[in-house]
Amino acid sequence: MATAATSRRRSGWTRSQWQSLLTGLAFISPAILGVLFFAAWPIVQSFYYSFTYYTILQPPYFIALDNYRDLFSDRIFAIAVRNTLYMVLIGLPVHLVFDFLMALLLNMRIRGLSIYRTIFYLPSITPVVASVIVWLWLFNGQYGVLNEIIGWFGVQPIGWLTDPRYTKPSLIFMGLWFGGNTILIYLAGLRDVPISLLEAAELDGANALRKTWHVTLPMVSPVIFYTLIINVIGYFQYFTEAWVLTATRDGAAGGPLNSMLFYAMYLYQTAFQQFKMGYASAQAWVLFLIVLIATVIVFRTSGWVYYRSEE
Amino acid sequence: MKAAKTVAYPVAAQSRSRGMESRTNQERLARTAAYLIITLVAVAYVFPLYWMIVTALKTDVEIFRVPPSLLPENPQWLNFPLSTTYIPFWQYMWNTMVISALTILGVVVSSAFIAYGFARVRWPGRNLVFMVYLSTIMLPAQVTLIPLYIVFRQFGWVGTILPLVVPAFFGNALYVFLLRQFFMTIPNELTDAARIDGASELGIFSRIMLPLLKPALATVALFTFVATYRDFLGPLIYLTDQSQWTISLGLQMFKNMYGAQWQLMMAAATITMIPTVVLFFLTQRTFIEGIALTGIKG
Repeated sequence: MATAATSRRRSGWTRSQWQSLLTGLAFISPAILGVLFFAAWPIVQSFYYSFTYYTILQPPYFIALDNYRDLFSDRIFAIAVRNTLYMVLIGLPVHLVFDFLMALLLNMRIRGLSIYRTIFYLPSITPVVASVIVWLWLFNGQYGVLNEIIGWFGVQPIGWLTDPRYTKPSLIFMGLWFGGNTILIYLAGLRDVPISLLEAAELDGANALRKTWHVTLPMVSPVIFYTLIINVIGYFQYFTEAWVLTATRDGAAGGPLNSMLFYAMYLYQTAFQQFKMGYASAQAWVLFLIVLIATVIVFRTSGWVYYRSEE
Repeated sequence: MKAAKTVAYPVAAQSRSRGMESRTNQERLARTAAYLIITLVAVAYVFPLYWMIVTALKTDVEIFRVPPSLLPENPQWLNFPLSTTYIPFWQYMWNTMVISALTILGVVVSSAFIAYGFARVRWPGRNLVFMVYLSTIMLPAQVTLIPLYIVFRQFGWVGTILPLVVPAFFGNALYVFLLRQFFMTIPNELTDAARIDGASELGIFSRIMLPLLKPALATVALFTFVATYRDFLGPLIYLTDQSQWTISLGLQMFKNMYGAQWQLMMAAATITMIPTVVLFFLTQRTFIEGIALTGIKG
């Protein structure tokens, strides 16, 4: 504002300022168009659809808040919300803690690092559908090798994907296998911790645990924060793994008692199997608000994040 | 520096000579424990892939044996070619490659342009616009899904690869961020000299910057390939015509139609994994460095 006012007093910007603005805008023009067309406009449009009854075949019909009211009495929607929160509140912390512990171990200057790194990363680049089909076979109740393995330890066979008590823990267990990307991000962060700080702490008599807690953790906290934000958003959209595991030939999905029905799956069914676009848009907007609130909460409680530049 | 201070003073000079010896012992113990855990987890990580290949080599009788055999009795190598005849496997593979190639082209070209505008051209309001642009990464795809589907349908694009490919030509905020980081490491003297010589901004971009940026562009291309190759939701929504399906959709159908033919499904899954795995081994460094870059600045 201030610069605009002062420059107006000086009868506008200089020619070269205008020129650089135009050049800059020209270079980023694909982004401007992209944001307008693929983000801004659809957000507004889906807000409008969320107040309509819309089946694509007929034009949208305004029904005010009916879609939102229906959400509150939709029992399957409630199940999907509960399952998704389970994944965000339990699955996500379990995964991030596991990934961080793995990164800490990999950072202990062990030999064969590149081999371990490859092993941990491979599942992150193989096609999800192919990987999940493999897990479907591992989880198989009758012939699956997982039940065979736990049998060696005297554990009774588990209905990994058939017993509603075990389905979500099974998904979380399977999710550990997809941790490679986060492990490598953490490892890169750990590599960045200045050795001088660790040595100073060591000279002062700090043991490994205290070094990790008081030096390493604060130094990598921005990286942890980044993975937390990205994954909170990602876990609210949890879709492919559960979809491929549970989808049947006739298009149903969600597993026994809908115990693996997640928010994005129900939204997909509402929009693309039942073609209730208005109702699905209301779901999309509620998801948007939930994700927004969750992100704000994570940002607001980010006092534990330590930024080096603040020194 | 709050954190460092708290460790600075519990003076430990008291037992340094005695402490050192027990510390190296402790350290050796910790190191051994670390190896043990890491190796155990690594074995668990490899196991599903091992089991996939072993199953792919068994007969349709041997897969149902209890307890399962750890190695195939009589390796059925023909399972691999056989598995590709149950679905139009190579057709789906080709479709996937076409979509991937076009997406890579779009993402790389547009993201490089955008990143240059954010990194090397100084214009008022640049940083604010960049922050807004970056924040779109956090937008859940579901919010834009339905209006985009409806408008693509009006264009007559549903049932074609266009809804998957065209958006790639409008940039990808994450990769713009990554490329911008690279652009900013290139010294200004290089471009200033060219500017004095009268080179246009477009000339500087294409003749000086792009060649210097090759490794970064390779990283973006790789990540885009992996993301496109793994994508499921996009093709599921837009590729309504079976002849256009990607390999992920094909595998999903394989599972739904021939769910008991585990040996063939494992064979098909193995073949599907090969391109990304081979690519990873050929370009490991690019991958690893790229991941480090995405995570470093939050």
